[in-house]
Amino acid sequence: MNTSAIPPQATPATSLVKTLGIVSAVCGLIIVGAYQGTYDAAAANRRLALERTVFKVVPAAKSMVEWQATPQGIRPAGGEPAPGAVKFYAAYDAQGALAGIAVEGAAKGYADTVRILFGYSPDCQCVTGFGLVASKETPGIGDKIVTNHEFLANFDALDVKLNAELSALANQVKVVKHGTKSQAWEIDAIAGATVTSRAVGKAINDSAQQLLPKLVPETEKLRKKES
Amino acid sequence: MSDLSQTRTFDEFMEGIWRQNPVFVMVLGMCPTLAVTVSAMNALSMGLATAFVLVCSCGLVSLMRNIVPKEVRIATYIVIIATFVTVVDYAIQAVSLAVYDALGAFIQLIVVNCIILGRAEAHASKHPPATAMVNALGMSLGFVIGLLALGTVREVLGAGTLFGVSLFGANFQPWVVMVLPPGGFIVLGAWLLLFSTLKQRKEVRLAEQGGGHGA
Repeated sequence: MNTSAIPPQATPATSLVKTLGIVSAVCGLIIVGAYQGTYDAAAANRRLALERTVFKVVPAAKSMVEWQATPQGIRPAGGEPAPGAVKFYAAYDAQGALAGIAVEGAAKGYADTVRILFGYSPDCQCVTGFGLVASKETPGIGDKIVTNHEFLANFDALDVKLNAELSALANQVKVVKHGTKSQAWEIDAIAGATVTSRAVGKAINDSAQQLLPKLVPETEKLRKKES
Repeated sequence: MSDLSQTRTFDEFMEGIWRQNPVFVMVLGMCPTLAVTVSAMNALSMGLATAFVLVCSCGLVSLMRNIVPKEVRIATYIVIIATFVTVVDYAIQAVSLAVYDALGAFIQLIVVNCIILGRAEAHASKHPPATAMVNALGMSLGFVIGLLALGTVREVLGAGTLFGVSLFGANFQPWVVMVLPPGGFIVLGAWLLLFSTLKQRKEVRLAEQGGGHGA
C-alpha cells in the first residue's frame, strides 16, 4: 500500500450531516408508521387483559365501569387522575345489576412490586378473590400464590368489614404463619412463600383501608349500571 | 456459474446455523440467552423478535453501505437497529401482552444485542442486500435454535411442560432451579460441553485419517 500517493481526504461535514439526516428521517418514518399501525390493537389488548382479570375476580360480571376513590369521595374515572386515588372497577352482570367490585392493589414482594386486583362484595363486605396483574416473583416458589388451593381458599370470604364509624377496617387484614389462621380477616401464608403471601395481604389491606371508608357509604351510587 | 453462486448463498445461510452459531460457537448475545429462556415459548418469541430486527437492519445497512461515510457508520447502525427494535416492540404489544410481559425489558435490550451490531459491521456493510439478508437469516435461525435448545430443556426439567403442555402428569416434581438463573448457566454449560466434545472428536478423527494417509 502506497499511502503517500493518495493523500487521505477528510469527509466533508455536509456529507456527514446529510447522511445522518437521511437515516434519521427514514427511521423516524418507519417508527411513526409502526406506532400508528399498532396503536389500536395494543390498546384493545390492554383493555382485554384488564377485563379478563376483573371478570376472573368477579365471576358473574359481564361488563365493567372504571371508578376512582379520591379523598373527596368516589367518582367515575376520566379526566385527570387525582393523586393518591385508588382505582376500582364496578362489575355488572348481564342484567346490569352490580355483581361485585374489583379493586387495584400493590405491595412490595420478594423480587419486585406485586400488583393485584381483588374482588370485593358489598353484600358480605368481604374479599371474594384476587388475580395477579403483574409479578416477578420466583417461579416455582412465589408464583404459588395463584395455584395453591389452600392459599386461594383464604379469599373465599376474607372479612374486610368497617368499624362502627366507617373510618377504617374493623380488623386489619393480617397474614399469619402457615396453619395458624383463626379469624376471618386473617390470611394463612404459604409455607416457603411467606414474603409473597404477605405482599398480597398488604396490598389488599392498604387498598381496602383507603377505599372502603369512601366506598361503603356511597355503594348505592354503583348499584345500577348507568347506560 | 449459477451453481457456484448457489453454493455460496447456501454457505452464507448455513454459516450462522452451524459453523458460526451465535450461541454455541461465538457465544454472543448471552444476556437474552440466559435471561428469557425459562420456557420454550419465551425462547421462540425472543428468537423471532431478534430475527426480525437482525434481517431488517442488515438489509437496510447493506442498502445504505455506499452512502454512509465510515466516520458515522456506528451511529447509523445503532439508529437503524433501534428503529426496528421499536417496531418489534409495538408489534409484540399488538399481538400478545402475555409475551410482552414475559420478555419484559429484554425486548428493548435487543438494541444492544452484539450479534446484530456485529453482523451489521462485519458482514452487511460489505455485501449486497440479498447476501447480507440471507446471512442474517441464517444467523437468526442459529440464534432461534440456540434459544430453543435452552428453553425446551429448562421448561421440561423446571416445569414439566413443553410450550405450556404438561408432559409428565400431576405427580411430576419440577426441578425448580432449572427455571431460575443458575439453571440457565447449567444448561448452557451442558450444551457448550456437548458441542465442544463433538468438535474435538471430529478433529481427532480427521487427524487420525490424515496420519493414516501419510504413513
